[in-house]
Amino acid sequence: MKLSREEVEHIADLSKLTLSEEEITRFQGQLSAILEHFDRLQELETEDIPPTATVLPLRSVMREDDARPPLDREKVLENAPEAEDGCFRVPAVLE
Amino acid sequence: MNDVALHQLTIHEARERLAAGEVTAVALTEAVLDRIGATDGEVKAYLALTPEQALKQARAADERRGAGEGGPLLGVPLAIKDVLCTEGIPTTAGSRILEGFVPPYDATVVRRLREAGAVITGKTNTDEFAMGSSTENSAYFTTRNPWDLERVPGGSSGGSAAAVAAGSCLAALGSDTGGSVRQPAGLCGVVGLKPSYGRVSRYGLIAFASSLDQVGVLAKDVRDAAIMLGVIAGHDPCDGTSMDLPVPDYEVALTGDVDGVRVGVPREYFIEGIQPEVEAAVRGAVDRLAELGAEVEEVSLPHTDYALPVYYLIAPAEASANLARYDGVRYGLREGRESLEAMYRDTRGQGFGPEVKRRIMLGTYALSAGYYDAYYLKAQKVRTLIKDDFDAAFEKVDVIVGPTSPTTAFRIGEKADDPLQMYLADVFTLSMNLAGICGMSVPCGFDDQGLPIGLQVMGPAFAEGEVLRVAHAYEQESDWHERHPDL
Repeated sequence: MKLSREEVEHIADLSKLTLSEEEITRFQGQLSAILEHFDRLQELETEDIPPTATVLPLRSVMREDDARPPLDREKVLENAPEAEDGCFRVPAVLE
Repeated sequence: MNDVALHQLTIHEARERLAAGEVTAVALTEAVLDRIGATDGEVKAYLALTPEQALKQARAADERRGAGEGGPLLGVPLAIKDVLCTEGIPTTAGSRILEGFVPPYDATVVRRLREAGAVITGKTNTDEFAMGSSTENSAYFTTRNPWDLERVPGGSSGGSAAAVAAGSCLAALGSDTGGSVRQPAGLCGVVGLKPSYGRVSRYGLIAFASSLDQVGVLAKDVRDAAIMLGVIAGHDPCDGTSMDLPVPDYEVALTGDVDGVRVGVPREYFIEGIQPEVEAAVRGAVDRLAELGAEVEEVSLPHTDYALPVYYLIAPAEASANLARYDGVRYGLREGRESLEAMYRDTRGQGFGPEVKRRIMLGTYALSAGYYDAYYLKAQKVRTLIKDDFDAAFEKVDVIVGPTSPTTAFRIGEKADDPLQMYLADVFTLSMNLAGICGMSVPCGFDDQGLPIGLQVMGPAFAEGEVLRVAHAYEQESDWHERHPDL
């Protein structure tokens, strides 16, 4: 599977990654080589094989809806790049 | 016995001396901190040291012991891989995007170590977000193999493995998504245990691939790995994928007796390209197990060859979702302030290193419209076939043994420019994560350059006791684990 430059730019766009020109060129070659190596999966007939998403028998584990103390707000906001009035501050979302 | 330097003690040796009052936790911790001071400038196993907190914890441990408390980890200096959250101690996952992040809570495994009275010496280096096999993908620096400082320690838990090998902690926690505990253990000549998926809580483990990640242990010998597992294993309501199963006393499994244990040797694990000395050492270990009374037979894991593509589609796909949280809003780096969109893109573009970007791109592609069925769904189906291979093999045998890694430690820089070659370093360890089973690496020899070789012992899900028993019986008959690198 050979990726075009446009495809690499599209994937970077979906991934929300700003890439340099040099990175786009490098990833185009590397990702193409990796995907080519992975084409061998197509050799296997898997029509009737169910997919495995998790190996455990657990599904949607529930707990009692008991209130518990949350993390301390001040302590959490100490890690924020920008905070104001007890909230995370971000660039304007609406124009 | 008193001529052994304190930093070289195993946990169980330290346990005896601490209990007998021959040594204090403070003296033991000071010895380990001195060792770090003397060697870590070269080895570079630690990203952050916490000497003051460690000595405080050691004094507290001595007080608890004075008040009649005990326990195998009370006053024992341990290191923590920097992908596990530690309250009040910076946690970076080896990434610039988390530089300066101080977790407001402890991972469950860290909390359990603290409650057991362990002393935490610091946070160890890792490939960024645990993505790598050499620590060369750490955004900070590359850790060096204590057996040869020009070579990698393996990865991603290379800092933890190197710290244990260097005597810069008595044991350490790591994480294993595709071999990240076992492969560096093999390359550094220490013991590495990856528990079954669901055995140990992942709460507070910085997520890489959530259906594969598991917290593991790096230790100086098998008994220490059993002791550590006994403390960290068990159900945690904070992790919906942790199984509510009793935790056995794993030390009870260490009988030294493997008489009649059925040991399978997979023919697919002795492939072209495996270093001849690795194959010879592993075959020698299998012979030793047979001499001890194990029933050795060949088994087949026919889909082994497909594990690498399956893993490198599923793990990046899960990572691409897990790493979406690094958006510059709540923690870590923030760049590109002119708009929200620019902030996301520039924060991630500048904060992530090349391998992390590569995997996010690969995973995003595998999940994207038009390619989902051909890549992601196909990989999940072949994952079923890989798991079925193990289920069938474990109908016939109790454990499976093979090499941990196809080669001994490679030179720093040797594979850095070829991601596919780097991925092949994990070719023997990926399958266990895909199947959710347990596995460990135990030293089984050295190559002619003096580099350690690891034997991998694998068992069915939740059969850690059986795996530890076989690894321990082999270890008792060898002295590889008693050798130390010259530093």
